[in-house]
Amino acid sequence: MPKLSQFSFPKDRLSGRELIVVAALALILIFLMPPLLPGFRLDLLHRYLALAIVALGIDLIWGFTGLLSLGHGIFFALGGYAIAMHLKLQVPATASSPLPDFMALYGVTELPWFWYPFYSFAFAVAAVVVIPALLGALLGYLVFRNRIRGVYFSILTQAAIIVFFNFFNGQQKLFNGTNGLTDFQTLLGFPVRDAQTQYWFYILTVIFLALAYLLCRWLTMGRFGRLLVAIRDDEARVRFSGYNPTSYKVLVFAISAALAGIGGAFFTLRTGIISPRAMDIAFSIEMVIWVAVGGRASLIGAILGALLVNFARSLLSEQFADIWLFFQGALFLIVVLALPTGIVGWLRTEAPNLIAKLLGRPQPVATYPELEFNPEVQYEREVLQREDK
Amino acid sequence: MTFLLESVFNGMSIGAVLLLTALGLAIVFGIMGVINLAHGELMMLGAYTTFMVQNGFRQLGEGWFDAYLLIAVPLAFAVAAGVGVLLERGVIRYLYGRPLETLLATWGVSLILQQLVRSISWQMTLQIALFCLLFFGGRWFLSKRAIAPRWQAWVTPVLMVLSVGIGLTAGLVAGGAVGLAMTKPWFGAQGVDVTAPSWLRGGVNLWGVQFPFVRLLIIALTAVCLVAIYLFLLRSQWGLRIRAVTQNRSMSACLGIPTQTVDALTFALGSGLAGVAGCAISLLGSVSPNTGQNYIVEAFMVVVVGGVGKIVGSIVAALGIGLVNYVIGSGLMTRFLEPQTALFDFFEFFASTSMARVMVFILIIAFLQLRPAGLFPQKGRTVDA
Repeated sequence: MPKLSQFSFPKDRLSGRELIVVAALALILIFLMPPLLPGFRLDLLHRYLALAIVALGIDLIWGFTGLLSLGHGIFFALGGYAIAMHLKLQVPATASSPLPDFMALYGVTELPWFWYPFYSFAFAVAAVVVIPALLGALLGYLVFRNRIRGVYFSILTQAAIIVFFNFFNGQQKLFNGTNGLTDFQTLLGFPVRDAQTQYWFYILTVIFLALAYLLCRWLTMGRFGRLLVAIRDDEARVRFSGYNPTSYKVLVFAISAALAGIGGAFFTLRTGIISPRAMDIAFSIEMVIWVAVGGRASLIGAILGALLVNFARSLLSEQFADIWLFFQGALFLIVVLALPTGIVGWLRTEAPNLIAKLLGRPQPVATYPELEFNPEVQYEREVLQREDK
Repeated sequence: MTFLLESVFNGMSIGAVLLLTALGLAIVFGIMGVINLAHGELMMLGAYTTFMVQNGFRQLGEGWFDAYLLIAVPLAFAVAAGVGVLLERGVIRYLYGRPLETLLATWGVSLILQQLVRSISWQMTLQIALFCLLFFGGRWFLSKRAIAPRWQAWVTPVLMVLSVGIGLTAGLVAGGAVGLAMTKPWFGAQGVDVTAPSWLRGGVNLWGVQFPFVRLLIIALTAVCLVAIYLFLLRSQWGLRIRAVTQNRSMSACLGIPTQTVDALTFALGSGLAGVAGCAISLLGSVSPNTGQNYIVEAFMVVVVGGVGKIVGSIVAALGIGLVNYVIGSGLMTRFLEPQTALFDFFEFFASTSMARVMVFILIIAFLQLRPAGLFPQKGRTVDA
């Protein structure tokens, strides 16, 4: 298996060129894509960009820190529910009851107490970020404190998602159960389903994706990023070096949960529905596969993977409905067995070699990637070069 | 008294199903350290095997029909164990020591198995058989010849494309020629129902408590499986080898134990138990391609709470979780409490099957705060390796 570490040390400074590229891509997405794409595809693109925000969060904890969460659907759904609750409270003046429409079906006459703060738009927006982050921090703290790691952590997150699924599914009076929250009307007075409003949501999604990318980039470079990678590669050694991995893991898990919440909120605004189905086990594992396909420990890879896998899914399932699951299953196997560094990693290392091999050209001699990062080796090389001159 | 007996029995019967599903996992996860997310799908294969055996025996006549379980249980074991060996040899053996990757790969396998059961038909069987024949046969054939090094990298991709193409078209042509008999899925996406044999219907009434025969049979089946596993692991040659490899893999290899065979055997054993569990759950309700998903997470919880590597732990944990699940889910606690008190409202809130799961998970998290390594943790220096 190729070493992952060769991809996990991004440049230590955010260069001006990178900022320009990010800004340019964002501007292309905002101004060029809407007129180019038909409405249906643009709708899909918007959804997948929202999912790409989630993928960034997954990459942060899995690609960099080595925590495989199979429960990010919880945070995704919580973000969605937070914004949806605010939307459901925008009851039109013509309605017979001041409560959200579904509550009448179950004979609820008084708004449950925790719905009240969601009258405030500012609170709802804050809740999109804060509630998933707090829950992530709490869950993470309870698990990491006991040094529960690796697969145990994954299994526990998977159990947690079942619990939340059951909870939201069972509470018809509080959250409309299986049907979820849907049929939104207005947000801050604007009609939600209007094309113009949706375009504003689209712009916001792109901006937030760019911001999320820059945030993750900032986190993963420098000391903090190296600590995350060190926790992934050898946690015991990090502890022996005098760091407490628990607090770093809790922090990064909370950030990742907040990103999932933001993604969930934008996804909900586009699709117009949030239901416990967002907490399906399968959906949460799919999030991992986006990152794996794109290339873990590569932020670009996470975004690329989310877009690629989802577009492939929509194309394939339009053509052949039942082939998609076979394809998805094969994708898991391929990514694990043949392409452990994902598309981005493969393009960086193996693709040039493969092309040379197929063309029958001699291959470059491989060295240990560690040599490229070892300051002493670099120093010796520089000295040798100077002596040569 | 009746309450007590009833709750113990019902808790035990929930626990027995849990234990039967967790037993295979406990072996695979505990002994090999492999997370098998396709375990639920192996159960589902066992359940579908039972369904097919039942259909076969129905053709034979009423007298034979009652005896189908005698064949179904071993056959379910064999089918699941066979698929398990394929899975281990084909995928998992490349991933030892990388549990997170194993987890993802087995999830991929579970998706493929689910869809396979949904859409398998004679046409698809033909396609798969042709593909395997061409691809693996072609590789075997070419491995006997000398190929110029420059072309060697092309062999697998070209063979792959060719055999996929030929297999697919041959299947489509055959399907078009024969028609519906060939393209109709065997099972479809709908659930199928397994009819219990007549002697399993009804139950026995003791001390005012109803004991359904099906539940009793599952408890008995679980007990038999447990005894068999203990005998196998503690009394047989291969059991000894499995235990040796668990304790120290490289030393066992040095002493001449074929560790690869041991791996395959252990995995086959765990998978086979999943098949038996599938046979048991097929008696409880209708079976659909995603049946396995309902059981897998709780089975993992059993293993984690019990302590990895200890089957005793799984037994205690399964029965404990089953009991708590029943006591909370059935609202039994509310019977002993005064209505309108805070405690009553609390238990009332959790008194449904789905909310009981919520409560059980909270209890598990709380429990893991006290005993992070489970009920019966492994002791020794090798644990953290």
